[in-house]
Amino acid sequence: MTDTASKPGQTEVWITGIGLATSLGEGLDANWAALGERRVNVDDKSFAPYIVHPLMPVTLDAQIPKKGDQRQMEAWQRIGTYAAGLALDSAGIKGNKDILSKIDMVVAAGGGERDLSVDTGVLNAEAKGNNAPGFLNERLMSDLRPTLFLAQLSNLLAGNIAIVHGVCGTSRTFMGEEVAGADAMRIALARIMSGESDIALVGGSHNGERKDLLVLYEFGDFNLKDKFAPVWARKDHAGFALGSAGAFLVLESKAHAEARGAKPYARLTSVVADLARRKQPGDMAATLEKLWAKLPTRAGKGAIITGATGAEPATSEERSFLGKHADFPVRATGTMFGHTMETQFPLGIALAALALSRGALFPPNDSTGLEIEMTDKPTQIVVVGAGHWRGEGMALVEAVN
Amino acid sequence: MTAPRDKLGRPIVVVTGMGIMTSLGAGKADNWAKLVAGESGIRTISRFAIDGLKTTMAGTVDFVTVDPFSSTGLSERMAEIVTQEALDQAGIGAKGDFPGPLFLAVAPVEVEWPQRRELGRAVAKQDFDYNDLLRISGGGKYAAFHHRFMFGSVAAHLAETFGTKGSPISLSTACASGATSIQLGVEAIRRGETDAALCVATDGTVNPEALVRFSLLSALSTQNDPPQAASKPFSKNRDGFVMAEGAGALVLESYESAVARGAKILGVVAGCGELTDSFHRTRSSPDGKPAIGCVLKTLADAGMAPEQIDHINAHGTSTPENDKMEYLATSAVFGEHTSKIPVTSNKSAVGHTISAAGAVEAIFSLLTLEHQRIPPTLNYENPDPAILFDVVGNKARDARVTAVMSNSFGFGGQNASLILTREPA
Repeated sequence: MTDTASKPGQTEVWITGIGLATSLGEGLDANWAALGERRVNVDDKSFAPYIVHPLMPVTLDAQIPKKGDQRQMEAWQRIGTYAAGLALDSAGIKGNKDILSKIDMVVAAGGGERDLSVDTGVLNAEAKGNNAPGFLNERLMSDLRPTLFLAQLSNLLAGNIAIVHGVCGTSRTFMGEEVAGADAMRIALARIMSGESDIALVGGSHNGERKDLLVLYEFGDFNLKDKFAPVWARKDHAGFALGSAGAFLVLESKAHAEARGAKPYARLTSVVADLARRKQPGDMAATLEKLWAKLPTRAGKGAIITGATGAEPATSEERSFLGKHADFPVRATGTMFGHTMETQFPLGIALAALALSRGALFPPNDSTGLEIEMTDKPTQIVVVGAGHWRGEGMALVEAVN
Repeated sequence: MTAPRDKLGRPIVVVTGMGIMTSLGAGKADNWAKLVAGESGIRTISRFAIDGLKTTMAGTVDFVTVDPFSSTGLSERMAEIVTQEALDQAGIGAKGDFPGPLFLAVAPVEVEWPQRRELGRAVAKQDFDYNDLLRISGGGKYAAFHHRFMFGSVAAHLAETFGTKGSPISLSTACASGATSIQLGVEAIRRGETDAALCVATDGTVNPEALVRFSLLSALSTQNDPPQAASKPFSKNRDGFVMAEGAGALVLESYESAVARGAKILGVVAGCGELTDSFHRTRSSPDGKPAIGCVLKTLADAGMAPEQIDHINAHGTSTPENDKMEYLATSAVFGEHTSKIPVTSNKSAVGHTISAAGAVEAIFSLLTLEHQRIPPTLNYENPDPAILFDVVGNKARDARVTAVMSNSFGFGGQNASLILTREPA
């Protein structure tokens, strides 16, 4: 098991900036208000029978002022670059060259956005008998936009954030679906705790409104079809509804934050992750239980925010794990935001920090009764992120008194 | 006994196992023999039709077969082979039980054309669109495609096969990925999280679309004939890089734990550094500042002065811009010492293994230290007068080498450097 947890004498790490652009809106207030109203924004028509949570439109110019930069990106990168800008604003470091030039960036990313018309153009022509040896080469040479490649490369979200916002300390991109988000948090936290780094920008973004992605997940029958239901109510109608979102956080050592007068939303205390073999029923639940045991002792009023997808058997495994901790109020972000893949874990951390900073957990949004009300002010929130296929992560976020 | 900590008080990180595969062949012995003999692995592509392509050669790994074929499948298979080689040499842990985490540099994963075409054929009608593809994708018939084209699939397979601990990290920092995988391993050991780390980098992405993508960015050499002459770093007539496949694996350990178990130490990762370039998506800042900063950070991390570096394993892609910028940045850091440092680019022989390059070249650097012999930069017939490196041109050179700097500068502003030494400093 790999883990990052604070030990006595180690650097305390604060979350000092949060940037959110989601299907519920842009910024902390809009998302908080939507959560409070149990709002869900799904589109069941554009990709019918598949259901997606579309991005609430944003004014790109506000964070990506140059049209040329916007054109060099595809949607997932625009969403992420936008959200990263919001996080820098929220931390009060936008445009601060001294700080931006030493930020360690860790991005959890997918990539691979396709030009659907090029793909179907080639396949249709081949179906009509165009099978000359160089046919694919010629079509790709003439039809592919040169800049599309830059939107397909995973590390070019980080590249765009560097160019647009001037974040140019270091830059690492982790891939690997859901758990990449947990690993990005884990490594950034470990680097700050150990003194290798003072400040980091960590997060991810996802465009769920992509037919090429629906095809990929349809291979495994993972897509939610026909009818929306909260994550916990999908047992007999399993699947995830892809969501569009960008979620970025600024992590900072307490000393670095205090020196510049920055206020924390919350403390990131620990991030742990593992790879269950998932060969036998119970493997994944056992791994989640092991990760839970690795987190520092929980003493306060706790809650759990999970990125449970609604896909099976992972969601049932997670439900069995949660059942052992039934005294913790649970919130599934997948119900409200859809499944945003690499972004789901950073999104969970962001919502945990937001809830702790506002002194309240947002209300349940669940028809099965698994999610219960929480009237106490939360002081500790465990963020859970288990992949629809592989990878498990967990974090402890705590209130700063 | 040397103190097990470096100048900065951190655990010293050593290499105890290495595995490598390139277009030259499989394994350290074969690769090294061919590399110092001046052989090239670049050849005309035979894996797929080259009609209509501007660049028709690459450093493909054709001697490894994968069925059904996919670039991701090839990346996985190569990674598996080099990891086994590294573990056999290190003699660490037990079969299927490596005592540390995995850091994997791997090319971004996408559904590929053979699979997309299979889907297209299954639609069995003309004039169809993505909705038709979507309609037939489910039902379990293509479940294997889902697993194959998950970004985390290669790492998950390696983690399960070799029993690495914890959550394996799949990473991409473009052409610097291999160096980043090593850096992540070094950092984990220095932080005391683990005594050992498995750092693997692999890239099997010579396929039509990947070639077209780089072609459309005018990044590739188009001097197809003869293919062996296409990659010519530091030459005046260089015109782009040559895509290549390969993989490298390194077992990293704390010096203390390597000594304790009596492992043979192959070299030391004395320093690593990285710095982002925010100049452009595909081009390096022409003033070389980010690369300069990267090299300086690496020297500082190793606690070494520029004069202590006696060989540079260059990024040396053979693109007009990179090689010029690399000389500029290097000479800015090393000053008058620059001309005393023999420089070579392995890419002249094996091509640019992209995601794997940082690890492949770190391994060649460690073999250089072991053999005290610098492999040649091939096709160095027409030196660029603006690049005043002491290029080890065309023939291998015996030299006293104690500390090698290995550089990786890539798309997306990714710069990473490593310093490798024979003995702990």
